[in-house]
Formats: sequence, C-alpha cells, structure tokens
Amino acid sequence: MIEKEVIVLSLLNNLINGISLGSVYAIIALGYTMVYGIAKMLNFAHGDVIMVGAYICFFATQNFGLNPVVGVILAMLVCTVLGIVIERLAYKPLRSAPSLAVLITAIGVSYFLQNSALLMWKSDPKIFPKFFSYTDAEGTVHSGITLFDGQLTITYVAIVTVAACVVIMIGLTLFTGKTKMGKAMRACSEDKSAAQLMGINVNTTISMTFAIGSALAAIAGVLLCSTYQTLMPTTGSLPGIKAFTAAVFGGIGSIPGAMLGGILLGIIEIFAKTVNTQLSDAVVFGVLIVVLLVKPTGLLGKAVREKV
Amino acid sequence: MKTLSPGRKRLIDNSITYGIVIAAYIILQIMNAGGHMSPSLQGLLVPICAYITMAISLNLVVGISGELSLGHAGFMSVGAFSGVVASMSLQQAIPSGSIRLAVSMVVGALCAGVAGLIVGVPVLRLRGDYLAIVTLAFGEIIKNIINVLYVGVDQNGIHFSTANEMALNLEEGGMAILKGPMGVTSNVKLSSFTAGFILVMIALVVALNLINSRSGRAIMALRDNRIAAESVGIGATKYKLMAFVTSAVMAGAAGALYAMNFSSFAAKKFDFNTSILILVFVVLGGLGNIRGSVIAAALLYVLPELLRDFYDYRMLIYAVVLILVMLATNNPTIKGFFARFFRKEKEETAKGGAAQ
Amino acid sequence: MKKRILALTLAGTMTMGLLAGCGGGSTESAAPSDATESTAPAESASAAEGGVIKIGGIGPLTGGAAVYGLATKQGAEVAVEEINALGGLQFSLDFQDDEGDAEKAVNAYNKLKGNGVQLIYGCTTTTPCVAVAAETFNDRYFQLTPSASSTSVTEGKDNVFQVCFTDPNQGTTAADYIKDNGLGTKVAVIYNNGDAYSTGIYNSFQSEADTIGLEIVTVQTFPDDTNTDFTVQLSAAKDAGADLVFMPIYYTPASLILNQAKTMGYAPTFFGCDGMDGILDLEGFDVSLAEGLMLMTPFNAWGEDERTVSFVKAYQDAYGTIPNQFAADGYDCIYAIYEACMKAGITAETSPTDVCEKLIATFTDSAFSVDGLTGTGMTWGTNGEVTKAPVVVKVEGGVYVTQ
Repeated sequence: MIEKEVIVLSLLNNLINGISLGSVYAIIALGYTMVYGIAKMLNFAHGDVIMVGAYICFFATQNFGLNPVVGVILAMLVCTVLGIVIERLAYKPLRSAPSLAVLITAIGVSYFLQNSALLMWKSDPKIFPKFFSYTDAEGTVHSGITLFDGQLTITYVAIVTVAACVVIMIGLTLFTGKTKMGKAMRACSEDKSAAQLMGINVNTTISMTFAIGSALAAIAGVLLCSTYQTLMPTTGSLPGIKAFTAAVFGGIGSIPGAMLGGILLGIIEIFAKTVNTQLSDAVVFGVLIVVLLVKPTGLLGKAVREKV
Repeated sequence: MKTLSPGRKRLIDNSITYGIVIAAYIILQIMNAGGHMSPSLQGLLVPICAYITMAISLNLVVGISGELSLGHAGFMSVGAFSGVVASMSLQQAIPSGSIRLAVSMVVGALCAGVAGLIVGVPVLRLRGDYLAIVTLAFGEIIKNIINVLYVGVDQNGIHFSTANEMALNLEEGGMAILKGPMGVTSNVKLSSFTAGFILVMIALVVALNLINSRSGRAIMALRDNRIAAESVGIGATKYKLMAFVTSAVMAGAAGALYAMNFSSFAAKKFDFNTSILILVFVVLGGLGNIRGSVIAAALLYVLPELLRDFYDYRMLIYAVVLILVMLATNNPTIKGFFARFFRKEKEETAKGGAAQ
Repeated sequence: MKKRILALTLAGTMTMGLLAGCGGGSTESAAPSDATESTAPAESASAAEGGVIKIGGIGPLTGGAAVYGLATKQGAEVAVEEINALGGLQFSLDFQDDEGDAEKAVNAYNKLKGNGVQLIYGCTTTTPCVAVAAETFNDRYFQLTPSASSTSVTEGKDNVFQVCFTDPNQGTTAADYIKDNGLGTKVAVIYNNGDAYSTGIYNSFQSEADTIGLEIVTVQTFPDDTNTDFTVQLSAAKDAGADLVFMPIYYTPASLILNQAKTMGYAPTFFGCDGMDGILDLEGFDVSLAEGLMLMTPFNAWGEDERTVSFVKAYQDAYGTIPNQFAADGYDCIYAIYEACMKAGITAETSPTDVCEKLIATFTDSAFSVDGLTGTGMTWGTNGEVTKAPVVVKVEGGVYVTQ
C-alpha cells in the first residue's frame, strides 16, 4: 500500500539530500576548476586540503572550545597558507614542466598530506560535531525544519550548505568579473605571457588562485563533515575524485559549470543509491560518460578551437 | 663523433632494453639458486613483472599515443578475474600448472582486449582531460561491476549471478570462484618468476615493434600533431584504437599473472590508486620511453618495501621521494648539470606525450 | 632523455642506499622499532633467558582500515610487555603494515620471514589474511589471526587458527538471540555489501532467520567506499515498519547511522556484531545516541573482572584510548600463543616448521584451553575455529552492560 504522497515525499527527500551533497561537491569542484583554469593542472591534492580543513576545525572547536565560526575561519586561514605553501614549494618550480609531471607531483602531495594526517591525528575516525542544530528548552535537539508531519526533514546543514554554495558561486563570479585581481586571473588563464606583458604578476595571481581554492576547500571540508560526520585521514580522497568528476562534467574551467556539475552529480548519486547502492557509483560515472560523449567539453565548457 | 643511422641507433637502443631485462633475469635466477635472495625479494619478483608489463602497456597509451588514461587498473582487473575463472574452471581439464597459467593469461588478455575495444571506441573520440576522466569512470565502473559479480563452476559449466553465492545454484562438487566483494578466496597459485619474465619479454617485443613500425609512427604523428597527421591520410580513430587495445591486452595478461600469484584478492585492489601508481611508473620512467618504464616500475615498486624498516614513516618518505624526484628531474639547473655528463640526444620521445 | 636518466639515477641511488641499509638490518633482531618501543625493555631482559621468540605481526597501519590494524597491534603489544615482565618465555613482536591489501600482506609476510620470525600473528582483515594463510600453509608457519573472521581464512589449512568468531557463527547466533529474546518482530538489515565481513554475517543471518521464522522486512546495503549517507537506507527501514535494525557492520558507519536515525526521529532497536565494538570510544561521538544499542561482542571494556581492568588500564596508559575488541582479540592471541608455547616447549631456537607442527598439535589438543579477555575456556577445533561463549551487551548510560 504505497500512496502517491509517500512516493512524492520520498522523491523530494532524495532531491534535497542530492542537492545538499551536490552543493558540497560543487564547492570542492569550484576549487578544482579555478586552479585548472589558471594553472592548467589537475590538483589532486585538493581533496586532502579539504580533510586538513576539517581536522583544523574539529580540533579548534572540540579541543580548544572555540566558537564554530572561529573554527571555520581558522580552518580557512590554515588551508589558505597550506595552499600557498604547496603551490610555492611543489608546483611553482614545475611551471614550465609537462603537465603530467605536475600531476604526479600533485599526487605526491596528496600522499604526503594523507600520511602526515595519519601520523599527526591517528587513524581512528573522529565524529564531527553537529554545528547546525540547537537544543530547545525541553532538551530536544532540533537539526532541521520538519514538514508534512515529520515526513520530510530539511536539515539546517543542508540549507547552510546550499546557501554557502550559491553565495560562493555568486561571489566568485563577481570577483572574476569585476575586481582587478579577478580580471588578472582571467587574463592569466587566457594567455600567461600576454598577461605578463600587460603588467600582471603571474606568480602572485596563481598563488592567489590557490589561496582562494584552498579556503573554499576548508569550507567544503567543514560542510562535508557536518553533513556526514566522520573524519579520517582518507576522508577527502573520494569526494575529491567525485568533485573532479563534477568539474569535468560541468566543463572544467567554468565556474557556473562546476556548480551545475556538482549539484547534478549529487542528485544522480543519491537517486542511483535508492535503486542500487552497490552500483550507484557505476551509474554516476555512466551518466558522466554519456554526457561527455554527447557534449565532449562538458555541460558548460568552452569548445576549444584547435590551431591549424 | 660518428653519427649512427636512425635504424642502427634504434637497434642498439632496443638491444640495450632487452639486455637489461635478460641480464636482470639471469642475475636474479643465479642469486636465487645460490640462496642469496631474501624471501622478501623473492616474493616481489612476480608482482614486479606484472607491474613492469602494466607500465609498458600504459606507456603505449600515455607516452606513445599521448592520451592520459586514469583507469588502466580496470583492464588489469578484467584480466585478473577472467584469468582466474579460466584457470579454476579448467583445473580438471588441464592438469599442468604452467599450461593452465598460459591459458589463463591468454584468456585474461583476450577479455581485457574486448573491454579495451568497448571502452576505446567511445573514449577516443574525446580529448585531453575529458578523455582522462572517462577512462577513470570506466575503471570505476569495471570495479563496481566485478564487485557485485558472483561466478561459480560445476560440471554443467560456469554460473553467473549478481545476487549472492546461493543464487549460483551450484551442483554438488561445484565451487564459487568469484564471490562479489570478497573476491577470489581459493585461487591456486601458479605464477612464477620465469612466467613473469616471459610476459615482460613478450610485452617488450610487442611494444618496441609497434613503436618502430609504420603504425607506431602513425600513432606518434597523431600525438604530435593530430591535424597534420590526419591531413596526410592517417586515420586517427584506427591508430589510436590500435594502441589502446594493444595496451589493454597487455594489461589483461599482466592482471592474470598478478592474480595467479595470490590465493585471495578482491576487486577493490584495482582501483583509482592502482591506476595512479602505474601512471607514476610511466611518468617517472619517461613518457614514451619503454626502457624507462621497466626500470622505474621495478625500482618504485621495491621502494616502499625497502622502507618497511621506517615503520610509520614509510609512506610519508615515499611521498617525499616522489615529489623530490619530480622536482629534481624538471629543474633546469640540475638538468643542465646532468646534461654535461650525458651524451646529447635528440629529444624525440621526451617531447610531446603530455600533449593534451 | 636526460630527465629520465636523472630520475632513474636518483631513484636508483636511493634504492641502493636503502638496500645497503637494510641488508645488515634484516639479520639482526626483529624487535619493533616504532615510536612506542613497547618491547624494548624486554629485549634487554631476555638476554639472560636464552633468546626471544619472534612473532611476526601483519595488519593495516595505513589506509582506510588502519584503525583496526593499529588496535590489534597495540593489544598484542600490551600482552607482549606483560608476558616479558613475567620473566619466563620472552616474546618480540615485529609488526608489518599491509595497508589492508592482499598483495602488501604477502610482501609483509615475506619480509617477516626474512627477519626470522617463528610464527605469524595476523592479519587483521579477511582478504589479506586468506592470501597470507595460503603462503603460511605452504611454508609451514603457524598463523593465528585476531580478527579475520571469514571461514575461507581457515578452510583447508591446518596451520591457521582464529581467536574471533567466524562470520557465519555470528550471523546465526544473532538471529537466534533476537528470536529467542523477542527483541523485534520486523527486522531490517543494513549491511556493507562491499565488505567480506559484513556480507558473510548477513548471509548466515538471512538463512538462519528463514529457518527459525524471523521476519526480515527489508535488506538495505551500502557500498564500501561511500559509507557516508544512510538516509536512503534508514528511510526504507522506517517505511517498512522495522522495529529492529540488524547492522553487521563496523562502528564508524554505525555511528553515522545512529546519528542520522536520530535526526530522522527513527528509534528502533539497533543490534550489531563485534565490529560495532569501539563505537563508544569514537572521538566526538555523542554516546547518548548509542543508548539501548545491543551488540554481540566478546569483549566488554567496562567489565569488572581483574584481567579486563588491568588490561584496560595498561592499554590506556600506553595509548590513551579505551581498547576495543580488536585490541582484546590481539591480546588474547598473544596469550594463546604464550600458553601454547609453554605447553609445547617452544624456544627461540625452534625452527618455524617445528613451531608450526607443535603448535597445531597443542591448539587442537582438547585439553588445551585458554582463558582470555574475550572468553574463558577458549578451545580450537581442527578446522581452526574457536569455541567460546558469545556475549551480548547493551549500552546503558554510556557503558556496556552484559546481558
């Protein structure tokens, strides 16, 4: 006896979960896409920066009792510095090297971050606190808005995640479109040497991109872990790959594309899971393949014209 | 300095590659016979051969054909599982272990070749990072599918199921070979160093001959300048597919060799990280350089094992070594320093490859 | 070309250096030289006793399963230290990382063989354990695993023994327990179908439930690597009206399920297996979520018997955390080995093959029984499986209460 209403509600529920998961992917994918757009490299260490951000926030709030907002800001600061340091030490010397050399270095950095985290913070998983919930006078924990007599719950963390994603995307679009630094970034992504001739400091611009991408990673890390609550040294790697997929899905290098790709990926993943949990990843990647075959540069990617 | 003709030079170059592999095999065999080899090294020989073959195979795609593939472990996986199924179901029919190993490697190679064809046709229409991500996707899909697959054998033949072991409906005396997420748990080990050596030699012969053939030159021409190559009548799809499928076939054989060395393994093993591991071998060995792939695969595979004495810091050191080697090899100052010691060579293979 | 040569030269130099470095090291004592140095005092004390029995341990210390490998390693280290302090037989534990991977586990085993260990303790997880068991069977090394619970670990191998319950055993016992105690009428199962342990328990739970007439209303699964979102599975269980959720899974995903169930306002009885032990010790986990959770675990860290108390104290002093059943199984393994070695008269000079044959005879001897943290009077059959009484505990007030 399954009523229509139940089906609609469960679809709606899945849709909300999907958008929430997708928003996290989108924020991570934004970091991938920005770095790719300018440095033309796949920064595989990005997923591990997420993990570092989440750990910083975890320790700030749990061990030092700081306010979650302070924790997030601290995580962003640490990740920003980490991003710049990684860029300076590992990627900058390889600016003129073939892109695969940079890719392998990024993988090395990813191993490095994961194993350092393992040594510093141990392998036992941490349960990330629920930031987005409050306890009322009667002692009940409220972590979301309940609709339709409790049949549909929209968690606060989902709302915050989606809101953060939208704000970040709008912010980045304005930043790259209106500010001087943003324009410099676009110029660098078009043509580095021409940008340099126009008086743009390419190195600073690239560092800036890494800084922004890493700060976003910290936010993504906190949001990811507040939604799913486990934190381990390997936490970042799978969302990292998924977000990379999302970035390509939407057209790598494109900011709205990353957002669109991320959210679609999240929704597909959640719906695929309701059908078959084990093959959900296969479905996600299957859809990706089909999309890329139809539109070989991703949903919103620019078709690159080859020089003859 | 006397200049050698390109043909002579290539001959010498290839002979050195074969020589290194044969010499390594002979030295290791002598060491083994004399009892000078540690059990640790002994156990590494077969996996090293499998990874060397994988590296040669991936180099055909990444180095020679110039397409970044992030899902090569998928083909290894197809070869591994089909090879084991073949070997286990033929246990009665073919009593001889070495023939069964050969059969399982051939079956693994064929199945992976078919998979390569299925994947290659759509994938090779794409370019650059989009191609890379689709190969990654295929690798993950292959892993996922094998993870739900149950295969068993009894006197009626091979049974498949995606539900569970009971659904195989095996008759008395039948056995489940592949048990979904548990993978293979009762494989009979057949691989030997000699088999591995033969596989590496075959892979070398195939790869080097392909590179130096007319087709190989067509593939490299497509890598270096697709439009120019197409304009002189080289069909991109045909030649790229040729490299891709050859590579998948080799990966399948390597997978079967690898699988037949362990009594238990699961689909999880052949994931994105394994694909990346092989890519690291290829890049570090030099894109398009087959000899480099052989040496890099052997050294880099042994490295984490040697680092076991550092316990907790082992993987950290591995990561640092990886980064430092990449930095050092791409640093103009160090490059210039070494350039004085080595004969200047044409950068025929070092260039390109990464073209995306 | 230059670049390649340079790359290979660098890699080669490093490798050679390491080869030279460990060439000498491999013949020396195989005591673990990690940061904890737990067996270091034993090393000096042993000199008077005529040698140290070398145990080679294998388990994941890096990668996703590291937390379980580390627990088995640390539990064993506590036991080794205690035994060495007794002054009788002396042990050293050389524990190698397998990353939870069969290939690396075999490599680790070969390394241990080269280091001269006499018997093998491990592996922690199933797939690597099966691979290593095939090797030890051929080489005639005795092997005792703390936590690899699949029957395929011991199948057809006379030299491999388990200290943990087998998966089918747990599934059957759980189904019987739920039925006999009337814990639930409509059962939902959530299990990890990408994991051998979880799948093994589920299969036997299902068939036992069918036999005894326990109604299973829905079976939900999750794949191994995306175990972060369980709302789909929980909604299905809730919609099916399940009043008991059976979860033969590890504690990390279980903690999330409890959390998300709470968020959804779904409160059935949750019932877990031994992999669930450790949930109360998770850093940042709100233990009130686990209130009423029942699990079948052989080890209760809040138990009041003297041995448990002293083990928990020693473990906490050394590693700062409460031991879980992996650690307790590891501890019991070492004591089982200790008692068997005493009985069989194993010394540091006994060859691995002799150790193997003697210990097989001892373990399968019906008169041989071991009292440990995870059970009293543990005995072993010729199939390598352990016989001990299952224990069910319930979480009350943030601690286990034995039922």
